Amino acid sequence: MLSFLASRILQGLAVILVVIVITFALMKFAPGGPFQSERAMPEYVRANLDAQYGLDKPWYVQLARHIKNFATFDLPLSYRYKGRGVGEIIAESFPVSLAIGVPALLIALGLGIPMGALAALKPNTFEDRAATIVSTLGVCLPSMVLGPVLALLFSLKLHWFNVAGWYDADDWVLPSLTLGIIYSAYIARLTRGGLRETLVQDFIRTARAKGASEATVVFRHALKLACLPVLNFLGPAAAGLLTGSFVIETVFQIPGLGQHFISAAMHQDYTLAMGTAAFYSALIVGFNILVDVIQAMLNPRIGFNS
Amino acid sequence: MSGPQIISESPWRGALRRLLGNALATAGALFLILLCLICWLGPKLSPYSQSEQNLELRATAPSAAHWMGTDALGRDIATRVLHGGRVSLLVGLLATGVAVIIGVAYGMVSGLAGGRTDAALMRIVDILYAFPFMTFVIILTVVFGRDFKLLFATIGAVEWLTMARVVRGQVLSLKRQEFITAARSYGARWWHILFRHLLPNVIGPVIIYASLTVPGVMLLEATLSFLGLGIQPPDASWGVLIRDGAEQMENAPWLLIFPGAFFSVTLLALNFLGDGLRDALDPKSLR
Repeated sequence: MLSFLASRILQGLAVILVVIVITFALMKFAPGGPFQSERAMPEYVRANLDAQYGLDKPWYVQLARHIKNFATFDLPLSYRYKGRGVGEIIAESFPVSLAIGVPALLIALGLGIPMGALAALKPNTFEDRAATIVSTLGVCLPSMVLGPVLALLFSLKLHWFNVAGWYDADDWVLPSLTLGIIYSAYIARLTRGGLRETLVQDFIRTARAKGASEATVVFRHALKLACLPVLNFLGPAAAGLLTGSFVIETVFQIPGLGQHFISAAMHQDYTLAMGTAAFYSALIVGFNILVDVIQAMLNPRIGFNS
Repeated sequence: MSGPQIISESPWRGALRRLLGNALATAGALFLILLCLICWLGPKLSPYSQSEQNLELRATAPSAAHWMGTDALGRDIATRVLHGGRVSLLVGLLATGVAVIIGVAYGMVSGLAGGRTDAALMRIVDILYAFPFMTFVIILTVVFGRDFKLLFATIGAVEWLTMARVVRGQVLSLKRQEFITAARSYGARWWHILFRHLLPNVIGPVIIYASLTVPGVMLLEATLSFLGLGIQPPDASWGVLIRDGAEQMENAPWLLIFPGAFFSVTLLALNFLGDGLRDALDPKSLR
């Protein structure tokens, strides 16, 4: 268990390092620099700015300094937001993404697992077909369509919520609902597939033969194993949900982490782009390790060997 | 008639029969063929061009002259939706093509090489799975400009991982089968084995995963275009149109509804077709 965790964490750190290096390399390739797009400024001002941010140094010196900064959690200043640290920007926008991502995740699980389980327990019935059709529809409704449609219905027609923005206490509802519905469709599909595969296995027959009630069979024996594909999907999905969907934040104009990532990439804010990319990959890596551990605990056949 | 009749048919004929027996998949395929036709012919037959502006017709509702209404610049939405569909479908197919080529080549090499090379190559794929791809695609489109060719190359370059895994798994299991040993024993060259025996046997899974990749790729293109990082105006894809529509949904909801509906129904048809192809080409997966 410990060596398993240690190797996974080391591997994860390597992934984060590679993400930082690639992000840096891509930004270096980009024509222009962080201060090129601004209004014309005298040569000595630009040289001063470059010197202040270390842009006059050779690339490997810059890269080494960035990596050292990330390793010591001494996050640098943003190039674009003058005088503001990357850590400060992430700390400010991540809670916003969290406030949307956590309810979205709960909605996705709360809708998806019952819907998939219902379909799997009553194969080829009306319930199964209905759940399958609803989840297929959900998979095919892109968030960029569903989000505006929900806003049109609940904000413009019914006036229940703000159309966009991040002002009132209930501004999380529509974005979370949009994300939750879409992810619930994937979760329902995975639950249905996983449960149907599990229900025909021998240990389920054994449980039934011992006289276990249907509820015990499903909840105590089957669902545990059937959730493995869902868990696998949840690792990256949770990281994506919590860092904010780029599209949803654009649709509902929410000042979350996704917004900063896009604008950082567009404005060649190297430090902010590297910081958000590293933060995002750290979350993915963290969730993947968590998923692996839970999986090994749920399924004795997997174990901590890989 | 006496005794059971033995029907023998080639695997491909059987697959086609199973596919046509699947109502949803057939409907999806028909819809897609029809869609390709009208997206290709529609803009040619339409009296309007997709970029033609008519400022007297600002955001008018659907009418006999403009079936899906006009946008804020008086452009005909029907023409723009069909033109945008052409762009979206083309990006979807080309990016999938790129992903298939990279994935099949990578999976083949990994599966054929085996041993340490295989382990190393698959480790790379494992690590790449943990990458924040959306972020890379965004940086790539920013760095290399928002060019059509680069757009599908970039999307294809990040969507090949599953394909590589599938092909590698197939090659590994095929390698150990008797007909490959037989081919080896009569002295077949490696390229003969590759092209005559291995490739034809991986085509089935490749088709299945390619068809399931197309909707994902189209969604990625639409997302990028929606964020302003993909297809650039005045050119349009469904993602661009949906963004324009979302901005003006309050006073002109048809700007959102028509491209959104076309996109969603297309994704639905692609999913039905993909599921149908999986069931038809891989009868074992039928549940």
